[in-house]
Amino acid sequence: MDNIVELRDVNKFYGTAVQAQVLFDIDLSFEKGSFNSIIGQSGSGKSTLLNILGTLDRPTSGRVLVDGKETSSMKNTELAALRNKTIGFIFQFHYLLPEFTALENVLMPFRIGNRSVSKEVTERANELMEIVGIDQVKNNLATRMSGGQQQRTAIARALLNNPRVVLADEPTGNLDSDTSEKVFGMLREINERFGTTFVIVTHDRRIAEETDRIVEIVDGRIRMDLKK
Amino acid sequence: MRFAFSVAARFLLSSKAQTMLIILGISIGVSVQLFIGLLIQGLQEDLVNSTIGSSSQVTIVSTRDDRSIVDWEDLVKQIEESSVKPQISAISPVLESPVFITSASAVPSVLLRGFDFGAADAIYGIKDRIYQGRQPEEGEILIGKELAEDLGFSIDQSITILTAEGRTTELIISGFFDLRVASLNRSWVLGTLSTAQVVSEREGQVSGIEMQVSDVFEADSIAAGLTETLRFEGIRVDNWKDQNEQLLSGLQGQSISSLMIQVFVIIAVALGISSILVITVVQKSRQIGILKAMGVTDRTASLVFLFEGALIGIGGAVVGVLLGLGLSVAFTTFALGPDGEPVVGLYLNYGFMALSGLIAFGASVIAAVVPARRSARLTPVEVIRNG
Repeated sequence: MDNIVELRDVNKFYGTAVQAQVLFDIDLSFEKGSFNSIIGQSGSGKSTLLNILGTLDRPTSGRVLVDGKETSSMKNTELAALRNKTIGFIFQFHYLLPEFTALENVLMPFRIGNRSVSKEVTERANELMEIVGIDQVKNNLATRMSGGQQQRTAIARALLNNPRVVLADEPTGNLDSDTSEKVFGMLREINERFGTTFVIVTHDRRIAEETDRIVEIVDGRIRMDLKK
Repeated sequence: MRFAFSVAARFLLSSKAQTMLIILGISIGVSVQLFIGLLIQGLQEDLVNSTIGSSSQVTIVSTRDDRSIVDWEDLVKQIEESSVKPQISAISPVLESPVFITSASAVPSVLLRGFDFGAADAIYGIKDRIYQGRQPEEGEILIGKELAEDLGFSIDQSITILTAEGRTTELIISGFFDLRVASLNRSWVLGTLSTAQVVSEREGQVSGIEMQVSDVFEADSIAAGLTETLRFEGIRVDNWKDQNEQLLSGLQGQSISSLMIQVFVIIAVALGISSILVITVVQKSRQIGILKAMGVTDRTASLVFLFEGALIGIGGAVVGVLLGLGLSVAFTTFALGPDGEPVVGLYLNYGFMALSGLIAFGASVIAAVVPARRSARLTPVEVIRNG
């Protein structure tokens, strides 16, 4: 099977005066349509790894390939376009834009491409919001929704542009266990229904065990790579 | 572009109080700038009007010993055919001759000015200045207010005019004028051109040709144009600017100081906008970070803040111009002189008002450049890592 994202010999340092290495010679790839998790203690470098996978951060050395394309030589503008079309992000702190309604937030990735919102896109947004169960509050401002509703809005938003891969950083991190169960189930359902690749960063082993592949990061190195 | 604009508009609308505050800040700056500008312009226009508005601005005088221009009809024709004619609003030939008025109490020396009342009215507005009596006919004369009071003259009284050559003429007083300058009221007596020619025995002659121009500050170049085109012996073209250098330098000093105040007000406004927008970038850094993660380019992220600057600039300019206009109207309505007339007249210079608005808009956009650059430099990781 083809790889949707691939890291080759990636190192990452932080700091200029005092340098700290966060990632050590990471070689890692994820197959199209797979459902994966990355686990590790806080500070292990798993979020940095995810940010590099999502081209939000650049590696100090090594190569990052997204959908077969080499990204290290790309300019910021090209990376932005790549992210917009290929990658969906879900973050621990949902990061909805509080100035916009739930529906507007979901439509945001489409509008970023300077395209005018067509009927089809609105329908798709409504459908996604129905799937994640927030169609009741779609015209609420982001600040007028519960934490779970906001996170589900963020999931719908991540999926709007039909991304090839969704990168999720602790998507259930600040939700109670019931809601977190539901949200996780939703991600799984979307993976099966649309064939979207998922890479989920979590520190929750129970959640990780429900994925098809678990990659464990310890102190910036891959310690375990378990495929079911 | 459209996306950046709609995000900018939404950012501004979602924090209404802050947006109103910035717009108010710009408006006050613009209104002060506009008010000062209009005030100084009004002041200068008033000053120019009262100084040279009712006098000759470009004057052709004789350089001959007898101070006369003989073939003056030809001269007027030449002026009317010259290239600067469109800038000349009034032409009036005049014959000045120094005479004495003999009365029981005194023999004051006055200047008898004879002119064509039709033409001269455009310059001096004499018809409106005759406060008693009528316009003089042949053999009649107008006396200034102060002179009439000093000598106790009355209308239809006959007076004797004595020229320097010792010739006397009897003239009838047809009325009294008031040019609002006491020294002129004392030293001028006005009659028709032919009356003056008869009195001074200078038949068919004038001593000068007086003109008003449409733009008083062009008087020197118009005079120069006349000097170049007129083919006439024994004349010189004078203009008010050469004769009023002190007034001109006063006006210029006023213009420069007014301009400096305006420039500094606008700089203060621009700095205010810039600092508020920089704070806004910090406030919105989460949003910018997440937008960039979703694929917003650095350019679009900076455009958001340029549009914010432009939008509040437009708002501030419109409100500011209205406010400035209101201030000016209020000033001319309430700041009245003892005669009930405004201390400074209101001159609605629409070009200047539009320019003020445009400068406010431009300053707002320029002020948004620094925040826009900050927004462009922000990386999504900074925001995501710091929660």
